[in-house]
Amino acid sequence: MGMADETQTPTTVIRNDPWYDSYAQRADAMRASEIRALFAVATRPDVVSLAGGMPYLDYLPFKELSQLIAKMLVDKGDQAWQYGSAQGDPHLREDVLQIMELEGIKDIQADDVVITNGSQNGLDLITRIMCDPGDVVLAEAPNYVGALGVFQSFQVDVVNVELDKDGLVPESFEEAIISQRKLGKKVKFLYTVPNFHNPAGVTMSVERRPRVLEIARKYHVLVVEDNPYGLLGFEGQTYPALRSMDAENVVYLSSFSKIIAPGMRIAWMVAPAGIRHKLILANEASILCPPNMSQMTISTYLDNFDWRKQINDYRGMYKERCETMDAALRTYLPYCSWHKPKGGFYIWLKIPEGLDSKAMLPRAITAKVAYVAGTGFYMDGQGSDHMRLSFCYPTPEQILEGVRRLSTVMDAERKTIELFGAGRRQGKGTDGGW
Amino acid sequence: MTTSRADMAKTQARAAQAREPAAATQRSAGQKAVTQGFTEPVAEMTADLGPDEAALTEAAGNTMALKARSETSILIICGGSSHERDISISSGHRVGGYLHDAGWNVRYHDMDASLLPYLSDPATRPDLVWPLLHGAKGEDGSIRDLLELERLPYVGSRAKASGTAWNKPIAKNVVRKVGQLHTPVSVTLPEELFRELGVREIMDLLVDTLQLPLFVKPIYGGSAMGCTLVTEADQLAQAMIDCFAYADTALVERAVTGTEVSVSILEFDGKPLVLPPLEIVTPNGTYDYEARCTPGPTDFYVPARLPQETLDAVKEAALQAHRILSLRDISRTDFIVDGQGRPQFLESNVTPGMTDTSLLPKAALATGYDLADLYSRLAESVLRQDRVQG
Repeated sequence: MGMADETQTPTTVIRNDPWYDSYAQRADAMRASEIRALFAVATRPDVVSLAGGMPYLDYLPFKELSQLIAKMLVDKGDQAWQYGSAQGDPHLREDVLQIMELEGIKDIQADDVVITNGSQNGLDLITRIMCDPGDVVLAEAPNYVGALGVFQSFQVDVVNVELDKDGLVPESFEEAIISQRKLGKKVKFLYTVPNFHNPAGVTMSVERRPRVLEIARKYHVLVVEDNPYGLLGFEGQTYPALRSMDAENVVYLSSFSKIIAPGMRIAWMVAPAGIRHKLILANEASILCPPNMSQMTISTYLDNFDWRKQINDYRGMYKERCETMDAALRTYLPYCSWHKPKGGFYIWLKIPEGLDSKAMLPRAITAKVAYVAGTGFYMDGQGSDHMRLSFCYPTPEQILEGVRRLSTVMDAERKTIELFGAGRRQGKGTDGGW
Repeated sequence: MTTSRADMAKTQARAAQAREPAAATQRSAGQKAVTQGFTEPVAEMTADLGPDEAALTEAAGNTMALKARSETSILIICGGSSHERDISISSGHRVGGYLHDAGWNVRYHDMDASLLPYLSDPATRPDLVWPLLHGAKGEDGSIRDLLELERLPYVGSRAKASGTAWNKPIAKNVVRKVGQLHTPVSVTLPEELFRELGVREIMDLLVDTLQLPLFVKPIYGGSAMGCTLVTEADQLAQAMIDCFAYADTALVERAVTGTEVSVSILEFDGKPLVLPPLEIVTPNGTYDYEARCTPGPTDFYVPARLPQETLDAVKEAALQAHRILSLRDISRTDFIVDGQGRPQFLESNVTPGMTDTSLLPKAALATGYDLADLYSRLAESVLRQDRVQG
């Protein structure tokens, strides 16, 4: 084959993306992947999805709530359809005080609260105002995938802190601060999900909490406490929020997404005064204001319904589903290991040595069961030996069937791995307490 | 699941269309393109590269009366349960968006339990179906058999032809034996065979005889899912594992070095319009899932930067494959043009990707076709053929 000759038809050059060379470096990691594409199948009704962290909403009084919202949109239309404050609706900020009281946060006023467009917006704001590219955020490993996405977009170095069945390991936290500072790195904050962790399902023990705060104070490292699941303890138990023990060194995030409904995209933050002022300005720059209509809808719900009973109903439902998944795992996947959670949405499943949860996902999708591969919860490629299973959305019957299907997938994958075992690529497992 | 054109699809298609390198559709012969989709001055259009109006106007010679477009319902079936669901939804809504812009009454439906009742209900029964399902149960032909049982006209190849093209080893064998096309040397190996005969023995034989580099891929499926280029012998085991995660049988092919080209064909009343070969150049040399589905650094050249006689040979090979495999209405055939200038057939697709990063629309746009017009003419061609009675 030679080069095109002079009589060649002129060629048109098409760049698949003419702006490819113009993107910021932080966009480099934003790419399509086979794994992401596979999740499109998980939305089909014939697929049992143990993947998504979607709350089960059927306990909400949709009809009655809709009528009240319709009335609210008429009676307070000039507010609901209008711009609002970047800090959030004062009425809702008053409302959230009573929710935080349940976890021991009593020393605050509505003016201490900033409403955000979901906690994802809150994570974006705190990282935006605190971190320059190359700064360090310490985070439990594994870690909430949405937080990792935010950190990555700000080109932050995420350094793992060990997590075990009692939550974040204080000694590991301290070691990480010391070692990073020796490297000349700026450690900007610790990111932790202390209650019913996503994805690990564990809870930071009450004994460890003061120790974590003591270390944070000693080294002047801010603690970002993300607490979407704290009220979803199966027995109604709650744990003292880190923020309830330290008002000056903790930024607290919580959300209505898991306890009421994620479609409203409403969450809140509490922060020390200086940080709070920056957050409000950053929120204004980012989204102008959280949506009034959503905030007023949440207030309407809180003001008119027994939300404490509803949350209690959720606890019972999630407990049943967790028990079902735990029993199904013991029946179908006894060779796997996990910590049975006491609340929240997730079981963090360790799969047999040699299996790779990411590589196995196409086979699972073919078998019509979906999960999230463990690698999604690490920045450094770890996690191939784990998967996150959600019990929040599927019914108990679907959970049983999903775990059964998963067992057939693992059996088939094990056979293939054993067959080709000698020369296969070894996935990167997990360090630490797993 | 059904959605009307008025909601989801409209928003998505409009937004996406706004990003399309639209200037490609505004050129005519002799004009310079003014476009954000082209990064260097585009050479003057020539008749060779311009739209083949003859192919379209000849087809229009069939003057069978059709209903007005606004009164003609086209149902796009997209989604499905294959690994390529996401791409199928994108393809479906992209085509639907263009058809809607051309005035058709467009509807969408997933492939689920409500589909057959929807098709048979007189209130919802469409005039034409355009299956845009990628992967199993879409490209393997099964849905097309059901459409024929429902006596509904549809765009695309019939079931048996789809099934043949869907199975890569069978398609390769047919075009090689019947059409004398060149195909890379390959073997087809079910996972079970490794179990029975021994992994090491088979892998050694593959490396010794086919020789590296090898391409390992599932015998069916698209978007390069489960495909691996093996350049070292110790990569082969993992490549087989990754492949068997998608299918129980692997095609192990000698990787051919050369120019990767793709030829799209549309048929109007049986008369083929062969679009110019499109050359694909990726930074790392592999047109993998990420390169296919992320607008990124991949460059396309239309026509491929090959001598005219090679371009002609590639087009002829694509047309031969289309005919030998009994494909109909639309297809895309992929080749590697090897060091001797021979087009080596890789596969033919009966439901080529139609997203904004897909090859067929890119080739058509670069040649000067208006996609709304092109897809409309294809729909009209199918409607004129009165296939239900046939």
